Formats: sequence, structure tokens, C-alpha cells
Amino acid sequence: MLKSTFGKQKLIPIPGSGRGPVDKTLPDEPGLKCPSCSRRLKEKEVKEQHKLCPHCGYHFPLNVWERVEIMTDPDSFREFGAGLRSFNILDFPGYDEKLAQAIDETGLSEAFITGEATIGGYPCVLGILDARFMMGSMGSVVGEKVSRAVERAMEFNLPLIICTASGGARMQEGMLSLLQMAKTAAVLGRFHQAGLLYISIITNPTTGGVSASFASLADIILAEPGALIGFAGPRVIKQTISETLPADFQKAEFMLGHGMLDGIVERGQLKKTLELLLRLHGGVKHG
Amino acid sequence: MVKRHFDYEEKYKNLREKFQELKKLSQSMDFDLTQEFQQLEEKMEDIRGTKYHNLSPWEKVLLSRHPKRPVVKDYIEYLFEDWIELHGDRCYGDDRAIIGGIAVFEGIPLTVLGHQKGKDTNENLRNNFGMPHPEGFRKVERLIGQAEKFKRPVITFIDTPGAYPGLGAEERGQAWAIARVLMLFPQLQVPTIAIVTGEGGSGGALALSVADRLLMLSNSVFSVASAEACSSIIWKDAGRAEEMASYLRVTAQDLKELGIVDEIIPEPVGGAHQDFTALADSLKKSLELNLKELQALNREQLLKQRYRKIRGIGRFLE
Ligand SMILES: [Zn+2]
Repeated sequence: MLKSTFGKQKLIPIPGSGRGPVDKTLPDEPGLKCPSCSRRLKEKEVKEQHKLCPHCGYHFPLNVWERVEIMTDPDSFREFGAGLRSFNILDFPGYDEKLAQAIDETGLSEAFITGEATIGGYPCVLGILDARFMMGSMGSVVGEKVSRAVERAMEFNLPLIICTASGGARMQEGMLSLLQMAKTAAVLGRFHQAGLLYISIITNPTTGGVSASFASLADIILAEPGALIGFAGPRVIKQTISETLPADFQKAEFMLGHGMLDGIVERGQLKKTLELLLRLHGGVKHG
Repeated sequence: MVKRHFDYEEKYKNLREKFQELKKLSQSMDFDLTQEFQQLEEKMEDIRGTKYHNLSPWEKVLLSRHPKRPVVKDYIEYLFEDWIELHGDRCYGDDRAIIGGIAVFEGIPLTVLGHQKGKDTNENLRNNFGMPHPEGFRKVERLIGQAEKFKRPVITFIDTPGAYPGLGAEERGQAWAIARVLMLFPQLQVPTIAIVTGEGGSGGALALSVADRLLMLSNSVFSVASAEACSSIIWKDAGRAEEMASYLRVTAQDLKELGIVDEIIPEPVGGAHQDFTALADSLKKSLELNLKELQALNREQLLKQRYRKIRGIGRFLE
């Protein structure tokens, strides 16, 4: 919903090592600069560290394939639902072009990918939002894919893990996008009644319609260090109120302090943490 | 320059006054124009009626926010008997941007919830212009739980610019509070009816709108975010809000076409505040009918129908 939140932190593109399509926006320059500590970094050292700054621990954004790689067992991810595509329902000016551009730049068909995978041998249903695709905004397709992932997990009695990064509802789809919040929440209501485990991993940034629906309806909510998390974007809040905001306002650490998260997990620890949580919830290893 | 206020009615009133002056003047001068005046008067009313049937989306946005537009409490007081307001979320505070309580409708006790705008500046400041904090949504959560326990149908009224964007709201988990309500409404085992009476703004409005039936007054609007916000975010230009309002498809008529709204309650010419009683009476009739239909369903049918409706929202290619 609040695209403006993305303006705050410059997303420095770095070449992906994922198995997915190559990101065309990536420049060929050999070095990159950490947006947090401003140090020049070598690509290789960043990549080896799960795209963390070796000096200050800044978490560079990951695309969906890089996320699959750091979270799941090698070659275990099997995508489903890739055939769902958005179209310009309301004849909204510029939406077709925006969609085409996002598809072209990311090689994805939409902002959310879903699949089955194993983590430390434990099977699960996994969904990942990619902020590069129209700010990870939720339109009809993202809402539908979230719902189907939840239903898939119910069908096969699997735990569900969703990673978010989103500016909120996709305004170009008007009310149909806002109502995806209600839809995903309703489907998750059934999921919880079925007694299954849902882990939400909130990454930078997650605001608006995604934070106020499936991202916060999990049994266990984890976040990456420094991730911006909130309902309203910081710029809107600054415009609305005259109070000065705390320095860490809406950061994962701030939200943890206010009781909204179960924990903050550094990227390097994420897979291990998930493995443990799946085991603690009666996960049965494949094979 | 974007029009900020709906001033058609004021201008029309002005025109009427001038017209009466002219009438008086002509009478004093022994001009017999009775028939002509009558024709002219009819024509004026006609044009006015046509105008209200053809309001632009932006005019409807302005009308839905009109300072004289009836507030939720007006509806509660007119439609129900034995209204008793219940306060607080038992956790942090009592959010006056959302009112809730119990009332009787046609002999049936109901749980009633709604956004509460004020009628004047003072009241608006007290009610935060109908923009809820998390404690407002947690009050909703508490009161719908109560409705379920005592098997009371739930009626909600929607009229808010949106959930409040502020420090305290974020600290207390605005996103969490809204999400939770969105998850609980579909599970309620009692009939639920939501009515958009004014401004349906974003997630804060949505939180009260997940129901078996969604009704909208004919000049109310419901939008993913305000036209101003969408315009400044997508076009980096808040000045194009009027244009944005038509692209976003925010009117009751648009949303009925999209299958989001079940029924439109027609407002009198000039808007809800011109003839509140007539409007409230037709809303009452519609509520009676809808409630009767929903109460005829058994619990399984009710939940199944509601879930199918929510689950089916969205359009895509496959
Ligand atoms: Zn750094």
C-alpha cells in the first residue's frame, strides 16, 4: 500500500547466485557499497555470507531464488502455481506496462512464488514474496497464491512457511487487492483450526496490506535484523504526526521490543532455526 | 485544482433563494408568471435530480465525507432499540473511533459495531476522526467474541478514512490487530451484515466489512487507499486525486458490478443528510430482509456461503 517506504533504503542490486533467471537490473560493476556502513565490499565475500555485510551485518535484499537457496535443502524446492497471472482488471492506466516490466526484470510471473521443499529433511510448503516485483504488492494473484499455498499445506498436513517483503496492497487492482487481505486471513483461519504450523518470516520491508493480513497471522513470527515492519509507512506517519519518532521506529528490533515478534533471526541462522522449529512441531523427515 | 468540498447543494440553495426573490418581485409588479415559474421550478428540480444520478466518483468521495453526512451513531439510534454502548478492549484503552454495544432490532438482540466520526470539530478530535488505533480493533475482537457466545447477529457500520497511522498505533501492533479481526469475522457462527454508510478507507474499513452481506449507501465509497494517497504514490502527484478516484472504482455502483457489494441502498436526492428518515427507513427494510434470509440458514450453510464468497474474491488468468 505504501510504496513510499521503499524510498528510504536504497536497494543495492548485487548479482544473484540463485538458480532462477538472471536479474537484468544488476550492473556489471565488481564492487558494491554497504548502504548501512558505506564500506566498499567485494561481491564474493558478501555472497559467501548469505548477502550480509561482513562489517556491520547489513542484510542485502534477496530475490526469491536466493531465499530458496539459503532456506531449503539443495534441489528440494518444487514450485507450484507458477501459471497464475495478473491482468489489468480495472483498465488502470499503466498497469499493463508495470506488469510487463516487472516480469521482464525479475523473470517471475508474479511477486509471490510458492512451492514444496524440505528444510533439514522436513517437508513444508513455502511461499516467498519478491519486493523487486512491483514492491511485492498483493493483488489478486498474490492473494490467490497465498490461499492456495495454505490449502496445499492443509491437504498434505504440512507446515507452512511464508517470507514477506511488500509495500502492501496493489492499488492498481483497487478493492480487489484490498480484499485479498480478507481472503488470505479467512483461509489461514481454517488452517489454524486444522492444527497446523505456520511460520512467518518478515523481511525488509513489510508494510500495509501484507503486514495486516497473512504476515502477522502466524503461530511463530520471525524477522530479519533491521527489517522495516509496520502498518503505515514511516513517511505517512511523519506527515501525520509531529512527534519525533524513535531512531529504530518500525525496525524489527523495535517490533520485538513491543511484543510483536517471536524473534529476530540472522540470515545465516535461519535454516537451522526453521529446522529446529519444524522438529519441535513433530516434523517427520522425508526418506 | 482539485475540488475539496461538495458544494453543489449550497449553490443550488443559492439559486433557489434567488428564484424566490424573483418570484416575489414579479408578484409585487403584477407580472403573472405563475405557470412559467412552476415550469421553471420543475425543471430546476429535474436538473438537480439528474445531477445526483450522475455524480462523478470524486463527487461521491466528497459527498461520502460531507460534514453534514449522518454518522454511525445516528443510524444506531434510529434503527435500533435499547442501545447500550460497551467500552474498552480490556488491554489498553477505549478507542472512541469505534463504538460497539448491544441493541435490539425487530425484537432480536444484536451486537452493533461501527466507526464513529464526530459531528463537529471537538467531537472529531475526541473520536480521532473515526480513525481507529489497535485498541479499537481489539474492542471489535472482544465484542464479536461476545456476540458469538450469546448467539447475537453482528451488524457493522463502516465510515472511516482508515486506521490511524501513528507512533502509538504502530507500537501497539496496528497490523496485528487488523489481521486478527480479519481472520475472526469469517469464523463467526452468527449472521453478519456490514453497511458502508460513508467513507470506506483501506484496511481500517475492511476490518469491519467481512460479512455475510455487504451493503453500501448509494453515495458511499470504498477504496483500497484514499484517492489522494494513491495519486501521490502512483503518480507522485496528489493533485490528480479526482482522476484517480475514477480509475480506482470506488463507488457503490462500481463495486456492485465487481461483485464485491451485495446491495445498494439508494439515498435521497442531495445525499443521506437531506432526508435521513427516508434513507434510514429503506436501510431498515433491507436489514430486516437480509437478516431474515441469513437467520433461515443453518450454521453450516451460513459458514459455507460466507467462506465461498470470501475465498472467491479476485480475478486472474490461469
Ligand atoms: Zn555494512
